[in-house]
Amino acid sequence: MARVATAAAHRTGRGFLRDIVRVPDVRVPAAWRLWQRNAAIYKRTYKLNIVPNFFEPFLYLLAMGLGLGAYLARIKGVRYIDFIAPGLVATAAMFGASFEVTFNCFVKMQFGKIYDAVMSTPLTIEDIGLGEMLWSTTRSLIYGTVFLAIASSFGVVHSWWAVLTPVAVALTGMMFSAIGLSFTAVIPLIDYYTYYWTMFITPMFLFSGIFFPLDRMPNWVQVVAWFIPLHQAVDLMRALILTGDIGSAAAAAAWIVVVTGALFVVPMNLLHRRLVK
Amino acid sequence: MTDSVVAARGLTKRFGQFEAVKGIDFHVDAEQCFGFLGPNGAGKTTTMRMISCSSPPTGGELTVLGMPAWVDGRRIKRRMGVVPQENNLDEEVSVIDNLIIYARYFDISPKVSTPRAEELLSFVALEDKRDWRIYALSGGMKRRLLVARSLMNEPELLILDEPTTGLDPQARHLVWEKLRSLKRQGVTLLLTTHYMEEASQLCDRLVIMHEGRILVEGSPRELVAGHTSPQVIEVFEPPLDAEAGLAALEPVADRTERLADRWLFYTGDGDALLAKVRALPLDPSSVWLRGGMLEDVFLSLTGRGLLE
Repeated sequence: MARVATAAAHRTGRGFLRDIVRVPDVRVPAAWRLWQRNAAIYKRTYKLNIVPNFFEPFLYLLAMGLGLGAYLARIKGVRYIDFIAPGLVATAAMFGASFEVTFNCFVKMQFGKIYDAVMSTPLTIEDIGLGEMLWSTTRSLIYGTVFLAIASSFGVVHSWWAVLTPVAVALTGMMFSAIGLSFTAVIPLIDYYTYYWTMFITPMFLFSGIFFPLDRMPNWVQVVAWFIPLHQAVDLMRALILTGDIGSAAAAAAWIVVVTGALFVVPMNLLHRRLVK
Repeated sequence: MTDSVVAARGLTKRFGQFEAVKGIDFHVDAEQCFGFLGPNGAGKTTTMRMISCSSPPTGGELTVLGMPAWVDGRRIKRRMGVVPQENNLDEEVSVIDNLIIYARYFDISPKVSTPRAEELLSFVALEDKRDWRIYALSGGMKRRLLVARSLMNEPELLILDEPTTGLDPQARHLVWEKLRSLKRQGVTLLLTTHYMEEASQLCDRLVIMHEGRILVEGSPRELVAGHTSPQVIEVFEPPLDAEAGLAALEPVADRTERLADRWLFYTGDGDALLAKVRALPLDPSSVWLRGGMLEDVFLSLTGRGLLE
């Protein structure tokens, strides 16, 4: 009996891997329909939603950049506010995408049964997954570029490469969409997001080299940091906005593209696994 | 077989070890209303989900609109409408926007969908709720809006999962009226229901499912004629001293049922048996004669015990 159970579990394990790496039944025009649905709903409340997006950068830059910065020497030859602003753009992109693919998507899926409704139209669940990722990337683009616009009024933009920031924000947003939506697709209860935010998002926010540089830390810290998604996004933004070091920007962008590419089909396939029974 | 809008042969659905649908055969002809009846857990909803291409069949054959279900899901769903059991409207937007957003999933632009949405809102008598938010609608209005939404792509086949559960009689009759009018317009209807009256009112043909199998198939009239007696005498809460007399009548009836609160005599000759019952010391108002109904067929086939 026990042997049968083990064999079954083993089969499930291998089946799970096969399930999440399979080629999803997805079409971009169909996914775009879901993007349009989300955009239509957002349009009704965007004035209400977008105001905090303008306040947030002000609060951070005032408190940390000017307030705390007044007590600090220059970091790597620049004002503290110049040092932290690019990292906060990366964070804005992460938060913008993450809110969307976590709480918002879970509520739509589990309580509103919206995905069930959409699945009875020509869209597949994979189309829905891609549509949600595209939409949350759009949200991160709104968050991130608003943040950059406000930050630039504090004089923190020092390189012309900063014109590429929206692309970098979108890449960052897409990466966190894929990660967050995968989490959403597997959790049974909305309460699990406490873990996602306190054990994944918040530590990244604090330890990705946004508020203090990591390059004077022990070697192992830097090795660990290389694997942290937000740290790569922070390096990318800092290279584009502050240092203009296009080589390190390219390296960080490549990291994000590879990771996002590797994860890209996972949320679609996990949603399929959850909702197609 | 090829003329059927939906055709199933040996259709099976398994969830792990549990077999929810155990190899069923049926076919639905065009412009008919076809019903799936059965207690909870009979496999009706699972069957409907396979037909609406939301769930892949485990085994057997299933064609919908001439195409293999699930495999051709996108093409089938384009020509099909679904009214779900649970309300899943977009709560954040107005009644009309719900329809326009839904139409876009079928590549119907707002320019085309707006007048169609207005037409359908008046069809389901919601035209004056056009700009209302969803939370302000009653249960019956939401259900009518779901019917309107399912028609936005002008479907040839409409699938309804318990379309009137939870509605008051007025709303229920309005939904029935709309469904009959759709059938007249040439839409094929497929519905599940717990309500025998609904099935008798709407369905040209129906199947009764139980534990994943189809027990019987036919028109409501055929099923009543073939599976239950034409007449039933019900005796409510007979006094103890009348029970021996009632028991003595059992051989005269086709079938007798003794429930906690009443006796049921199924018979072909109601008047003759009624005269015998009336001779017993019973309160006359506790005895009544009625025709056999679909509910009798249903209960005799699926039993009276709770199945969940």
